[in-house]
Amino acid sequence: MRNQIRTTIILKTASNYLLPVLLIFSIFILLRGHYLPGGGFVGGLIASIAFILHSFANGLEKTRELIGIHPGYIIPMGLAVSFLSGFMPVLLYDLPFMTGLWSHDAVPILGHIGSALFFDIGVYLVVNGVTLTIIFTISESA
Amino acid sequence: MLTAILTGFIFAIFLVFTGKIFKGKLSILTSLIPLGLFIYFAGFISRISEGEVITRSYQWIPSFNVNLDFKLDGLSLLFTLMITGIGFLVFAYTSNYLKGHKYLDRFYGYLSVFMAAMLGLVLSDNMISLFVFWELTSISSFFLIGFNNDSEPSRKSAMTALGITGIGGLLLLAAALLFDNMAGTYSISEMVSMGEAIRGNEYYVLGVLLIFGAAFTKSAQFPFHFWLPGAMKAPTPVSTYLHSATMVKAGIYLLMRFTPILGGENVWNTTLIVVGGITMLYSAVHTIFRKDLKGILAYSTISALGILVFLTGLGTEDAFIAAAVFIIVHALYKATLFLVTGIIDHQTHTRDATKLNGLNKVMWPVGIAGILGAISSAGIPPSIGFLGKELIYDATTRSEFIVIILIIAIVLTKIFLLHAGFVAGIKPFTGKLPEEFSKVKMPPLILWVPPVFLAVLGMVFGLAPFLIDAPIIRPVVSSLLGGEAGEVHLGLWHGFNMVFILSLITIGVGTLLYILVKPSVKLVNAAAKFDKLAPEYLLNKFNQGFLWVSSYWTRFFQNGYLRNYVSMITLFVVLLVGYVILGSTHFKIDYTALTKVTISEIIVTLVLIAGVFYTVFTRSRLAAVVAMGVIGWSICLIFVFYSAPDLAMTQFSIDTLTVILFVLVLYKLPRYLKLSDYKTRIRDGILSSIFGVLIAMVALEVLSYPANNEIGDFYAQNAYLQAHGKNVVNVILVDFRGADTMIEISVLSIAAIGVFGLMKLRLKMSDRKRYQDK
Repeated sequence: MRNQIRTTIILKTASNYLLPVLLIFSIFILLRGHYLPGGGFVGGLIASIAFILHSFANGLEKTRELIGIHPGYIIPMGLAVSFLSGFMPVLLYDLPFMTGLWSHDAVPILGHIGSALFFDIGVYLVVNGVTLTIIFTISESA
Repeated sequence: MLTAILTGFIFAIFLVFTGKIFKGKLSILTSLIPLGLFIYFAGFISRISEGEVITRSYQWIPSFNVNLDFKLDGLSLLFTLMITGIGFLVFAYTSNYLKGHKYLDRFYGYLSVFMAAMLGLVLSDNMISLFVFWELTSISSFFLIGFNNDSEPSRKSAMTALGITGIGGLLLLAAALLFDNMAGTYSISEMVSMGEAIRGNEYYVLGVLLIFGAAFTKSAQFPFHFWLPGAMKAPTPVSTYLHSATMVKAGIYLLMRFTPILGGENVWNTTLIVVGGITMLYSAVHTIFRKDLKGILAYSTISALGILVFLTGLGTEDAFIAAAVFIIVHALYKATLFLVTGIIDHQTHTRDATKLNGLNKVMWPVGIAGILGAISSAGIPPSIGFLGKELIYDATTRSEFIVIILIIAIVLTKIFLLHAGFVAGIKPFTGKLPEEFSKVKMPPLILWVPPVFLAVLGMVFGLAPFLIDAPIIRPVVSSLLGGEAGEVHLGLWHGFNMVFILSLITIGVGTLLYILVKPSVKLVNAAAKFDKLAPEYLLNKFNQGFLWVSSYWTRFFQNGYLRNYVSMITLFVVLLVGYVILGSTHFKIDYTALTKVTISEIIVTLVLIAGVFYTVFTRSRLAAVVAMGVIGWSICLIFVFYSAPDLAMTQFSIDTLTVILFVLVLYKLPRYLKLSDYKTRIRDGILSSIFGVLIAMVALEVLSYPANNEIGDFYAQNAYLQAHGKNVVNVILVDFRGADTMIEISVLSIAAIGVFGLMKLRLKMSDRKRYQDK
């Protein structure tokens, strides 16, 4: 934001620590989604809130630098991941589109890993990208 | 047969890729396509004349009875020969007429699509494919009429033609659906065998009216005739093709095709006689008041179409023979005269009948074609036109209707048509050659051979009618009767009888009229006075009214104020849902159904209500937004109480983001805050209260229905078994209904792109100014 001079030092410092914590939390929410409340949609929203908080404290430019790419590019990446995860069964096993594929052995914390998880990761990316694109675009022209 | 129809379309596509390369140089070769098709169809003459009917069927959508059925019988054969035969001459003629035109390839493309569509139309035996081809002719003729697309009148008349014939096409579609209901089939042949049942059906009259609507608009019958003179804005080869042989005759074809199905009833015959009669007389008289050669020819075409409708209406075998012959007569002489007019226009750059004289001296072969064409159109022996006229008079005098009026009408029409034909075919070539035309050059061979050929053909058929009577005319009459026709023998001499006297009167009075009344500016002006009574004027008025209503409508509903859109939508929902709810619901409050309310629920609800009041009554935007956030979070808490943590989490994040978004947008708004006046506030207040109450009622109503838990149980039971997930909500999102989610995230992405595009759109200064001026 423009008026970053008025930003308090406390918020600035706090946001530096909050960003990684919130991001990890969002990934945690994403991964537990299949068994407990959570999932890609909420995870993506939390991640974008983390970035927005960071931009409030440090200014939009700083956050942009931190992300590295324009959030608009995250959207097609997410769409591609989701689509591929649904398309894999067709490619590999000649099964119908979006058939769930599952690993045999359970992984600690995550449980069974399946194509649904990758689908959810795609959703996470898309939601994150969409939210950041909209908010960044609007706050830029404000 | 399908290949024959598709040839034109394929060639048009071929032109898209190669048109630029062989532009103009080899355009004469394009005429080989219609020539080849002509030879192909001519090969069927002997089989058809023996009474054979050739059918082909290709499956298209069998489950709906929609197939590409084609049938070649006498009627179709006559039309295919005309379409391809005259098409051949027109294609060849165009290669010189539009030589060096920058869109020559495009022109050939449109023309061949049109030809193919026309072939499909006359060969279709399925009403749906008939409709498809019918509309294709309208669309391709739209491009042909508007070919000179940099001239406004051209574009306008193309639009008018498309509008009128397009509406007719929709009526044809309606007719197809209706007949499918009555006969249980789209096949025209099958309908012929069910003619009796269809004529007895209670919707028979409606079906007849729909067919009439389609045929009359396409064939320019009164009062839909005005698009045709306008269509003369097209290059002359187009006028030749569309108005002598093909497009406008499609309506006639339709009427003839349906004669064995719908004909024989009073509604059918009387209407056709009246409409055809009015059309033929009205536009024949109109030719006197024109001085543009193409204008004269256009009105005489309408008149000829009127005669054909009239003959179809008479409904006797004689009348059908006359109609079949007259189709050939008209195609030959009208194509001749149009091509001649085209040459005159091409060489002298004028079509003004008052100025053209004595061109015989500079281009005598064209003169021969013109004069022969005029003779055939006048019905002077030994042309085929004479034969046609005799047959028409004969059929009229022997009809069962009010004979004397019909005879007067047809004789008058013929007299005026003779005048028109003479003005178009003879006047430009006789008399003294004006100084300005003395340097006019002889047209090239490829221009004058086609009209001469057609004109001579008219004479040949007149002298040797056996060439066409049994092979061509008889099968046509058979298809019109829906059975076998008797022997058809045509001859020039019918004996000295009533018909012959009428013929003499026609030729005598017509010639006298030609000598006395020459086209002049005075006559054109005299007719212009009555323009306000013409259907075209009325239609234009109607159009203006329609535009006024729609612009008023748009300004009222689409005024650009978000608040108006919201209230409109709300009001609409209130009226619609309110009507249903009030009509079908019994109101009863069952207190026993209330569950115990916990203290935390009471607190949240109170906070929520306070938030609502604060939002509505605060004077600060920021405060309102924050209060909205409070409302959203309270709802999240309610979700938590009723064990929907997923929903609560999402709602919580979304609400937070919404508040942030609002703040960002508010930041940009101007500082001042203009409050709406009391009236608006009360109005909005009432509307939103009603809306709120309604939504609450809907919610309660939904609760009172017994819930169907089958789906929920299925998900609960199978979530872990099939999708290895314990969180049912998530399993539904990513697995059971994953495709939905896939589409939803796509929609989200589109929304983000939309926002990005809107906000980043920076108009250049010049553009911005231009939009402000508007």
